[in-house]
Amino acid sequence: MTGTPVLDVRGLAKAFGGVRAVDEVDFSVGAGELLAMIGPNGAGKSTCFNMLNGQLRPDAGAVSLAGRSIAGLAPRRIWRLGVGRTFQITATFVSMTVRENVQMALLSYHRRLGSLLSRARDLYVAEADALLDRVAMRDQAERVCGVLAYGDLKRVELAVALANDPKLLLMDEPTAGMAPRERVQLMELAARLARERAIAVLFTEHDMDVVFAHADRVIVLDRGRLIAQGTPAEVRADPQVQAVYLGSGVMYGHGG
Amino acid sequence: MSAQFAVTFASVVAQLLNGLAGASSLFMVAAGLSLIFGVTRIVNFAHGSLYMLGLYGGYSLLEGLQTSLLSFGGFGRSPLGFWAAVVIAALLVGVAGVLIEVLVLRRIYRAPELFQLLATFAVVLVVKDIALAVWGAEDLVGPRAPGLSGTVDILGRHVPQYDLALIVIAPVVLLGLWLALARTRWGALVRAATQDREMVGALGVNEAWLFTGVFFVGAMLAGLGGALQLPREPAHLGLDLALIADAFVVTVVGGLGSVPGAFLAAILIGVVKAFCVALGTREWLGIEISFSRLTLVVEFLVMAAVLIARPYGLLGRPPAVQRAATEPAPPLSPPRWQVWAPALVLLALVPLALPGDRYLLVLLTDIIIFALFAVSLHVLMGPSGMVSFGHAAYFGIAAYAAALLLKRAAVPMEATLLMAPIVAGGLALLFGWFCVRLSGVYLAMLTLAFAQIAWSVIYQWGSLTGGSNGMIGVWPPSWLASKSAYYWLALALCALGIAFLWRVLFSPFGYALRAGRDSSLRVEAIGIDLRRQQWLAFALAGALAGLAGALFAFSKGSISPELSSIAQSTDALVMVLLGGVETLTGPVAGAAVFTWLKDELARRTEFWRALLGLVILALVLSFPQGIAGGARQLWDRLRQRGVAT
Repeated sequence: MTGTPVLDVRGLAKAFGGVRAVDEVDFSVGAGELLAMIGPNGAGKSTCFNMLNGQLRPDAGAVSLAGRSIAGLAPRRIWRLGVGRTFQITATFVSMTVRENVQMALLSYHRRLGSLLSRARDLYVAEADALLDRVAMRDQAERVCGVLAYGDLKRVELAVALANDPKLLLMDEPTAGMAPRERVQLMELAARLARERAIAVLFTEHDMDVVFAHADRVIVLDRGRLIAQGTPAEVRADPQVQAVYLGSGVMYGHGG
Repeated sequence: MSAQFAVTFASVVAQLLNGLAGASSLFMVAAGLSLIFGVTRIVNFAHGSLYMLGLYGGYSLLEGLQTSLLSFGGFGRSPLGFWAAVVIAALLVGVAGVLIEVLVLRRIYRAPELFQLLATFAVVLVVKDIALAVWGAEDLVGPRAPGLSGTVDILGRHVPQYDLALIVIAPVVLLGLWLALARTRWGALVRAATQDREMVGALGVNEAWLFTGVFFVGAMLAGLGGALQLPREPAHLGLDLALIADAFVVTVVGGLGSVPGAFLAAILIGVVKAFCVALGTREWLGIEISFSRLTLVVEFLVMAAVLIARPYGLLGRPPAVQRAATEPAPPLSPPRWQVWAPALVLLALVPLALPGDRYLLVLLTDIIIFALFAVSLHVLMGPSGMVSFGHAAYFGIAAYAAALLLKRAAVPMEATLLMAPIVAGGLALLFGWFCVRLSGVYLAMLTLAFAQIAWSVIYQWGSLTGGSNGMIGVWPPSWLASKSAYYWLALALCALGIAFLWRVLFSPFGYALRAGRDSSLRVEAIGIDLRRQQWLAFALAGALAGLAGALFAFSKGSISPELSSIAQSTDALVMVLLGGVETLTGPVAGAAVFTWLKDELARRTEFWRALLGLVILALVLSFPQGIAGGARQLWDRLRQRGVAT
């Protein structure tokens, strides 16, 4: 990794009551890199994620996007600076078609939401279709999101997340709730898009097969602390990680 | 100085006790409303009606005990007889609540929230006419409470003994409720259901019985609150809506679902009101401020302040878990001009085809104006997902703005039609700024509060608005004097207004509103400032409701504060719900059917409200998707059958 990382996180911390959900976490993601964030339930992954996308305000620490501080900004401001998101449970506009979902993001990106009289469905059609092509959803552009299969919704979200030409893509459990074959396809798609467009991707994931097959690097959280980082092979070989995941009983007495 | 202070202090204390005595009943009604909402998620519009029944019921029981053969040698005049009557009245109202639950609401627990609201509103109409039939239109003044009819001297003021009794009763009821909720199995279930209704259902609790039980207790509390007020205020038919507004405020200020919150809020509002009365008219920096006049709106100001600081009320919590995936909203189809254009031409031809039918023209003018009013409300309720209980604020204010500009500032009527919507839009911009900070039921109740403020200002500012008498002689210029000329004007302007709103719904602006309703999480994640979009939508809907209001004023030639009353707001709400929120046609169809039906029934019977209520109930129970949605469903079914054969 050379030059300024796309996302750089230093000393990130958040406590709820007395519990340190995220405790002094440092990491960075470079352009075109897929970084997986893993850890057992309650490790602080979601808290960490929500601080990066603006849903939560960090207690301490620095978050910078291509050298610019974004800690504590509202989600919509972070988006404007070039951060795309997909959700663990898909969040799409169910009363709209697949194309309209993408058009919505494009309309926002081009700052056309104050327009009262133009017809929304006629705007940015070609751009929307190009994005749908990338995620292989073009043929379903006219279908209403409310009737789509879950795996297709995930791909719509990916197209929506790409609409603002992001530098960074945050994917919270991108394959949750999907069939194994769909998981592989979706992650291959994400990896290809990241490399083609030099997007930095940070994703959380429970499925270790997905992590080890697709991540360039892995960071491991446990009880709010970063306990290991490195290539999938390095992380897999790390005794501390093994203890956390295998529940050897030596360290905490229970499994993850 | 000190003497003046003493007088002020004494009057404050006297007013305070008076305020607390009133707060006592309000607390009981609000606690009942809150309990029912917590468990069933139904905003029971009919709760004020139950309170009213409590007053009437108490009156009749006492009357019966005192005058008839059942007087049992003066039992009715004894303290025991009085309290027995109060308790029996409360129990009977509880039974009325059970009837409402079993006959109506139980059938529609799975229907959309808004339909449940519509159903409870239909109950309001039916109960009002039952009361009219049984007790008549005159105010009924109840007897004083035997044994507590005297006064007590406090700081040189005569404070009624009965007021002091009420101040003691409220905490006793609170304690009883608290014990029931904290110590009984029923209470545990109520608390559990308030937190997570699905989970309680999943654990095998008999929901039907729980809901019926909660309705009994909630209604009984409303009835008790009503019966207890009998020695203090006469029973009359306007109590239902007047009280539901107050109860909404108390419930929202206290926090929906919280009984102690309702108690706290009732006291807070009672105290603030008392201070306003005690302060009277004061001069401050050369400006005369009438605090006593402020009493009508002060509770709404308290509510606005509390909601901004604590969006879920004083003791409320964020809305409970909603696990059951709500039915995804269906797509919104754009208007079909090939249907609307010929319809418009036909409507335009009516005055030529039936030149003599003045009655029809007046009715059609009403329908057209209310269609615009309903469509402007639908923009908020449907695609924007913001339910307004107080849309008449903008309708009424614009009607007054138009009339005042015409009569006081000699502005030509044509120009007022432009200026009045701007006034209404400006007001909506002001009110909307607060409203869009909330969502769901809280938002709806805040809109109601603002509408009540608008109504109070019109009502109170007699020197400008003519107060309760309203204003007369609000007529259009001579070229619009004929019914057909005015009909064409209304048709043209309302059609333009509706076309504009529909166009907006399919513009990027309107799409963003619908997107925000579908997923507020996603709109934020694609950089949309939803609050700002909603705020502007509020202003836009307010302005167009204002156009309808101004047109209405000139069509009638006279206006009254009723134009911004709760009843007017609920009329619009019923039109939209009756037609269905999911289609564009819905509100127009709803406005037509409702206006026609109301007119038709009102000409035939004194009890048109009850009939209207029964029609609404029949429609709600048979078409939970609204008229337009129901028609479409029917059409789909017929078409499928056609395909099959």
